[in-house]
Amino acid sequence: MSEAMAHKRPALLNTFIYDFIVLWVILAAVPFLWTVWGSFKVEADFFSRESWWNAIFGTATMRETGAAFTGDGYYGAWITRDFWKAAFNTIIVTICVTTISLTLGTLGGYALARSGKNYAFWILIAALVFRAMPHITLVSGYLLPFFQLNIWGVLPTSIIVLVAINQPFTLWMLHSFFLSIPKDLDESAMVDGCTRFQAFRLVIMPVMWPGVVTTGLFSFLLGYNDFAVTAMLLSAENQTMVPKISSFLGSIQETGNVMFAVAAVVSATVPLFILVLFFQRQIVSGLTAGAVKG
Amino acid sequence: MPNKTFFAFILPSLIAMVLFIALPIVSVVVQSLYVSHEQIMVEVENCQPFGGCSTELRVDTAATAALREEQPLGRFNGLGTYVNRAHLATTELGVILSSERSIGEKWAQILNLPFYKALIFTLVYCFVVTPLAMALGFTIALAVNALPKVTKGPIIFFSLLPMIITPLIGSLILYWMLSPNGILGATIQHIFNDPTLSLRASPALTWGALLTYGVWTNAPFSFVVFYAGLQTVPGDTLESAMIDGASRWERIRYVIIPHLAPLATFVALVQLMDNFRVFEPIVGFSAEANATSLSWLIYNDLTGDSQQFGSAGATSVLTILGVVILLSPVLVRTWREFKHKAV
Repeated sequence: MSEAMAHKRPALLNTFIYDFIVLWVILAAVPFLWTVWGSFKVEADFFSRESWWNAIFGTATMRETGAAFTGDGYYGAWITRDFWKAAFNTIIVTICVTTISLTLGTLGGYALARSGKNYAFWILIAALVFRAMPHITLVSGYLLPFFQLNIWGVLPTSIIVLVAINQPFTLWMLHSFFLSIPKDLDESAMVDGCTRFQAFRLVIMPVMWPGVVTTGLFSFLLGYNDFAVTAMLLSAENQTMVPKISSFLGSIQETGNVMFAVAAVVSATVPLFILVLFFQRQIVSGLTAGAVKG
Repeated sequence: MPNKTFFAFILPSLIAMVLFIALPIVSVVVQSLYVSHEQIMVEVENCQPFGGCSTELRVDTAATAALREEQPLGRFNGLGTYVNRAHLATTELGVILSSERSIGEKWAQILNLPFYKALIFTLVYCFVVTPLAMALGFTIALAVNALPKVTKGPIIFFSLLPMIITPLIGSLILYWMLSPNGILGATIQHIFNDPTLSLRASPALTWGALLTYGVWTNAPFSFVVFYAGLQTVPGDTLESAMIDGASRWERIRYVIIPHLAPLATFVALVQLMDNFRVFEPIVGFSAEANATSLSWLIYNDLTGDSQQFGSAGATSVLTILGVVILLSPVLVRTWREFKHKAV
């Protein structure tokens, strides 16, 4: 409909639409491009007292390092301040959170979609309420018991907590996904003599991957983007990237440290860029699936 | 599905939720009723060779540590933590409200109470950011829908970035640009011709920056959902509206908006839930002097030199009550629909 109507649209309106879109894309993208560009400069350029043109031409960077670009921020963050360790921890946490949440979530979501009993409805409502809990309120409930049990500060604890926090959302997503798979499929398998679990494994599993991938993307994002849980539950040597960046900020007074944080921020943004680049369609369909069905 | 099979499938997920979501809520309630032990004082007699003897009170460090070790929860305090100055501040609030001051002064004094300061910012953030982000997202969706097909993909790619970005990282990126030596901060100083204007010095600027960040990061979600909704607007209805002589604006007002209304309810609900827990931007913008949120208060209690579990617990319980109040219209509606179905 839109393209057919484009001819009839008044020129003024068209100009307005194009200007608006250009403005929005600038608002959405420029902060990232600016920070990526600035991360290869020295602090005196990226935070220039004189003029922001310095950040573009790299005046102070030329003076201090002899070239217009410098990798000092990256070297400082990744090597001097052990950001590689945090990146490694993030990889472990996100992989574990995503696989465990999906395993538990597919089983649970499938059961909820096929049950039709009252208690399935109540579990979904409870999950909705749990989904709305601010994560930090739950964290304040974990800390004391975790200190007592002596399991505070290590990666497995954070992984399990993130999996649990992620369950309500995963259950809802996969529940509505499994509702869209016809009941007849697994029921005819059961008529042929399969048990419920065999029907799930042989008939449902081959067709569930689109829904699982979409849900997995959001589980990944939750584990990757989390600050409240990982900042409170991990000891300094086990930190993942996001709390590590916030700890860079604590010692910001020393010169050069700001650029460490800028470099670390850019490094942590790169995987998200790649994710959107490759999975744009799945992310969009995941966002709308909940809306259209819920 | 038989009950036994159902629970076999859902048990792992259920256990995780009960252990790590339901029990912590109980734990938070219990914690909020206790405060940490006071230091144990001992009377020590000091005798000098010529000055005679004097007694003084000293902290018995060893005994205090032992007691705290033995009962980590602290001592029972009932609802004491809830009504103290750091939380509901009932006494202080009573004094302020009954005083003979103007409304503006009373308001300023209420803003000095930490809990109300955080509550007010959290609510303002929720109820300003959500509608603005939805309006912006809707406008972007309408505009993108009018574009030729080839440009849509790249625009959606860039539009997703502010939403997908780690909240702490997104707010840091904007914070650095807005700092007095950053590109936007310097420009703002230049525009207002005020070299002292900065986020740290100006509460209004801090609030503005946080709300702008909120709209920036929330708008893409509304955009994507509304854009998908626009693809399902029935062409027949639009066409007949056009034949009846409806203008462009009237078609949006009377055909498209009613069609998207159910989606809008969903988007509003999700964004209210997410905005109510606003936390990372406060850390990223180092905004705590000018703006705090309920989640930040809890974080602050837990990270200080001495972790105040009682205080964090009380704020958490009050926050959870807030979430329940926020969700209650949805819960009531779902309950009615459910009962309706059952009958």
